[in-house]
Amino acid sequence: MPSLETNLGKLLKLKNPLILASGINDSNAASLIRGAKDGAGAVTSKSCNVKGRKGHDPPVLISNEHYILNAMGLPNPGAEKMRDELALAVKECAKLGVPVIASVFGESAEEFAEAAQIVAEAKPALIEADISCPNTMNKTFFSDKPESVSAVTRAMKNATKIPISVKLAPNVPSLSLLAKAAEDAGADCITAINTMPGMAIDPIARRPILTNKVGGMSGPALKPISLRCVYEISRAVKIPIIGTGGIITGSDAAEMLVAGASAVGVGSAFYYRRNSFKLIAEELEKVMKENGCSKISDLRFQE
Amino acid sequence: MFYQHAKISKISEENPRVKTFILDCDLKTEPGQFLMLWIPESGERPMSIAGANPLTLSIANVGKVSASIHSKKVGDRIFFRGPLGKPFTFQSSYKRIVLVGGGYGVAPLRFLASAAAKKKISVKLIMGAKTKGELMASPDKKICETIITTDDGSEGQKGFTTDALTNLLADNSSTPDAVYACGPELMMKKVAEICKQNKIPCQVSLERIMKCGIGLCGSCSVDGKLCCCEGPVFTGDEALGVKEFGSPQKK
Repeated sequence: MPSLETNLGKLLKLKNPLILASGINDSNAASLIRGAKDGAGAVTSKSCNVKGRKGHDPPVLISNEHYILNAMGLPNPGAEKMRDELALAVKECAKLGVPVIASVFGESAEEFAEAAQIVAEAKPALIEADISCPNTMNKTFFSDKPESVSAVTRAMKNATKIPISVKLAPNVPSLSLLAKAAEDAGADCITAINTMPGMAIDPIARRPILTNKVGGMSGPALKPISLRCVYEISRAVKIPIIGTGGIITGSDAAEMLVAGASAVGVGSAFYYRRNSFKLIAEELEKVMKENGCSKISDLRFQE
Repeated sequence: MFYQHAKISKISEENPRVKTFILDCDLKTEPGQFLMLWIPESGERPMSIAGANPLTLSIANVGKVSASIHSKKVGDRIFFRGPLGKPFTFQSSYKRIVLVGGGYGVAPLRFLASAAAKKKISVKLIMGAKTKGELMASPDKKICETIITTDDGSEGQKGFTTDALTNLLADNSSTPDAVYACGPELMMKKVAEICKQNKIPCQVSLERIMKCGIGLCGSCSVDGKLCCCEGPVFTGDEALGVKEFGSPQKK
C-alpha cells in the first residue's frame, strides 16, 4: 500500500500532499478547521494585509466546465483579525495533525513584513507571500522582477522566524530566475502558481462580466500552465514547491508531483467536486499503486 | 456564455417595497433554490426564485442591484446564472405541511406551496409582516390556506407568525408532517425551536452575503458550512447547531 504521508522539504510533515489553496473557503477559523476535517494535508488561509480590504463588488467569479475566472480583489478583515482566526485554527488543526499556512500581501515589502509579523503571532507552520494576485491593479504584484521578489522575501525573512513560501505568477518571462531570486533571498518554499490573467465578456450585455473587468483564471484549463511552471522552477531551485493550478483529480495531483512539486494546492477543485480532498487522495493512491511508487517523493520525474 | 438572459414580461407591485417580475422564460428549478441575478450596469446579487414556469422573482428594494431592477420596465432584459443551492425537500409520505414566511421570505414559500399542492400535499401558509402595507400577496385559495399575522394587528391576527404556529401546533388533530420557514432569521430560529420541542421536522432557508454562489469564495460560510451550495436550505437541527443562527454576523 503506497503511503501519502510526506514532507514539504524539512518544513512540514504532512499526512497527505494536498493543501487547501489560499482564497478558497478559508477566511475564518471554522472554514480552515473544516478543510482539515475534510482531509487536507495542510490548510492555507485567505490572504490578508495589515489594513484589510473590502474586495470587488460582484460579479466577482464565473465558472464553466473548463475554467473559473475570478476577481475577488483580496477581501479580508485585516491581519489582526485574521491572526485571531488563525490562532484558533492552528490550535484545532493541530489536534488533527494538519499544519496551517497563513497567506499575506501588501503594497510594499514593508507592508508584507508587517502583515507577516502580525500573523506570525498565531504560530502558523508557514507564511505564504502572495506577491502575485492579478486582481488588485498591480498594487500588490511583485512577481515580475527578481529585485522585487527578493525585496519582499528579505523583508519577510527579517520580520519573522517562521518559514516563508513565495507565491509566484505564471505570466512572467524566465520564471526560474524569479524562483531563484526568492531562494537566494532566503525563501524556504515556492508556491506556484497563482491564477492566470484572463477576461470574460458577455456578448448580449456587450461588456466585461467581472466588475473588475479582468480576473485570474483557475480550474482544469490552468493545469498545463502550472505543470510547466512547476517543472521549470523545480529544475532551478532546491527548496520545495507547493504545486498549485488546475488540480482536480488524483491523476492531476500525481502529474504535479511528477513535475517536481513536493505538495499540491487544491482550490477550484471544490467547485467541480465538493469532496475533493477525499477523492483526490483515493485516486492518487490508485495511481501510485499502478505506477509502483510507495511514497510521494518517488513520483518525481528524474531527468 | 456564462449567463442566461431573459426579458421582463410582467411586473406587479406586491407592496411599496417588493415587486414581482415575471420573465419570458422557464427555468428547471425547485423551491428554495436561488439564482445570481446580474444587472450589468449595477452588479450581481443572489435572489430567491419565486416561480419556475415562467421564471418569477419577487425582489425587495433594499440595495443597489435591487433598486436597479426595480427601475426596469416590461421588455427590459436581465441576466442570471443558476439555479443554485439545495432546495426544500419533501418526503413522499407527507400529507400536510405548514409554511412560515416573514416579510419577503414569503416569495419562495409561495413557490413551495404550489409545488406541494401539485403533489397533493395539504398546505397551510402562515404569512406575516410588521403591518398591512408590508404584506406580500396571498397565494390562490386552491393552492393553500393562508393565515395572516401582522405585528400591529392591521390585518389578520395581531402578533407574530411564530404565535400563529404555536396555536396551530396546539391542535393535535392536524399535526403537520413538516414545517418550512423563510424570513427574518430570528423568526426562523424560533420556528426551528418550536418544531424541535414538538418533534416536527423543519427546514429553514438562510440568507447570507454570497459572492461566488458556487462554494469557493467562502463569503456565505456559517461555522464552516457554505450557504450557497450546502444550503441555503438547512434542517432546523443543522441551523440550531450554527452558533450565529438568529443573529447573523455582518461581514
